[in-house]
Amino acid sequence: MIQAQSVGVVAPQRADFAEPLKLRSGGQLDNYHLVYETYGTLNAERSNAVLVCHALSGSHHLAGHYADDPHNVGWWDNLIGPGKPLDTRKFFVIGVNNLGGCYGSSGPNQTNPATGKLWGADFPFVTVEDWVESQARLADRLGIARFAAVVGGSLGGMQALSWSLQFPERVGHVAVIAAAPKLTAQNIAFNEVARQAILTDPEFHGGHYYEHGVVPARGLKLARMVGHITYLSDDSMAEKFGRSLRHGRNTYSYDVEFEIESYLRYQGDKFAGYFDANTYLLTTKALDYFDPAFDYGGSLPAALARASADFLVISFTTDWRFSPERSREIVYALLHNKRNVSYADIDCPAGHDSFLLDETRYHALLSAWFDRIEV
Amino acid sequence: MTAYRYDHEVIAQWIEPGEKVLDLGCGDGTLLRHLMEVRQVQGYGVENDPDKLQASVRNGINVIQMDLEKGLVGLEDGFFDHVIMSLSLQAMHNTQGILHEMLRVGREAVVSFPNFGYWRHRQSILNGRMPVSESLPHQWFNTPNVRFFTIADFDVLCEMNGIAVRERLAFDEGKLVLEEPNFLASVAVYRLGRAG
Repeated sequence: MIQAQSVGVVAPQRADFAEPLKLRSGGQLDNYHLVYETYGTLNAERSNAVLVCHALSGSHHLAGHYADDPHNVGWWDNLIGPGKPLDTRKFFVIGVNNLGGCYGSSGPNQTNPATGKLWGADFPFVTVEDWVESQARLADRLGIARFAAVVGGSLGGMQALSWSLQFPERVGHVAVIAAAPKLTAQNIAFNEVARQAILTDPEFHGGHYYEHGVVPARGLKLARMVGHITYLSDDSMAEKFGRSLRHGRNTYSYDVEFEIESYLRYQGDKFAGYFDANTYLLTTKALDYFDPAFDYGGSLPAALARASADFLVISFTTDWRFSPERSREIVYALLHNKRNVSYADIDCPAGHDSFLLDETRYHALLSAWFDRIEV
Repeated sequence: MTAYRYDHEVIAQWIEPGEKVLDLGCGDGTLLRHLMEVRQVQGYGVENDPDKLQASVRNGINVIQMDLEKGLVGLEDGFFDHVIMSLSLQAMHNTQGILHEMLRVGREAVVSFPNFGYWRHRQSILNGRMPVSESLPHQWFNTPNVRFFTIADFDVLCEMNGIAVRERLAFDEGKLVLEEPNFLASVAVYRLGRAG
């Protein structure tokens, strides 16, 4: 094996769609565009394409960096590249910014063609199923009838699972990582706190804050702080920060005292500086709505009967946002249907965020799985 | 494991084409791979060791990470035609629990284990040393085995737990043993069902 390398300089592309997209909400996008990136080369048989779906704050920028912004490295660069587990010498890898996102695809911070103004709060609700539908149309555009694999972590894993249900004949392998078949009441509760932080920010202006030249930064910061707590494990927080004090003693103030406070504020401020609040709202709702078993009387085994792909399901021992038990629900439902499925519960201390790390055994397992996929 | 291909051959003979098979402690997936090839089974392995699990994935078999000491939680009653445990029972603490679970999720269980009553093992003990052999390859201080039992012991356990012995084959380093298996056999392979 060669030394693992970066895919190097990459550039996003754009695809415009004029065919209306009917949405689960009952709404419709008359026309829309998707921003995406690709890595590697589509082979002559068009059989080596892998779609990587992104999570709440992710984007189409999976790997490599931009010529004019060398520090903007793709969010799954440790996985994707020549000699890496998702090897771009073998696979043609695609990342898409989901509809409603804030990295260039049609979304709240883009122009509504009907009005010529930014969509803002008028952008329709989008669901995991809508995203998958739009990704399928992009695949059509790229001449990909069938993906060798669709892969994702967290909300991205839900899209991968949905792919296997919406287009079973168009996907050979599916990896569902650190995901869940639906959110729990606790998951929705955390999302609702995040949304209320944004919705009650005085600068939110009903979602039309662009017109006022402001952003609901405080609300978005709070939302990110709450979210961040759920991404880490109790142990990893204890190890990283413990009860460490910024000034070595209690100062009896509401300024930063404990290092964990400093960390959360920093993460919140950073996020509020680049992410869009309307996208955050829409995306958390897409998470809440995802429940493929709902139309089957709540039976996940019944819902997954349509799936025909070879599955890999991965959880992380310290993930309490989407605990290993949630992944096992998917595994047992696939087993019930006699589908091909492998499952690993990776021992990693980093909580939900583990799926983004290059933990040795996690990546070795993905390597083994990707290696066995014939293209 | 490859040294014991003969137990794999016996197991394959007990499996009908196209069965649903669960292999507990599947290691690198060699047995399941074999059963997929010669019996076209819909097979699943269970493994809790990350390196072996990865080897199974690389080997192209379905493998589920699970701690067998906690049973087969989540697997449905009677789902599998055969549940196999090849040369692993002696490495488990919860012996009765896993046998019960195997016959809960499977129509039949297939179990193979090294016979601690094998004459060479007895001879070794008589000479004052713990046995090390082809079927017991580890030293006492690094063996993964935690239960030390003989063919006769296992027969009693099955009787006690209402487990029917449907078939038993015993081997001396690969050769079939027909007489005095508890003395002359190093490995036994059982086909088990629920009594009654």
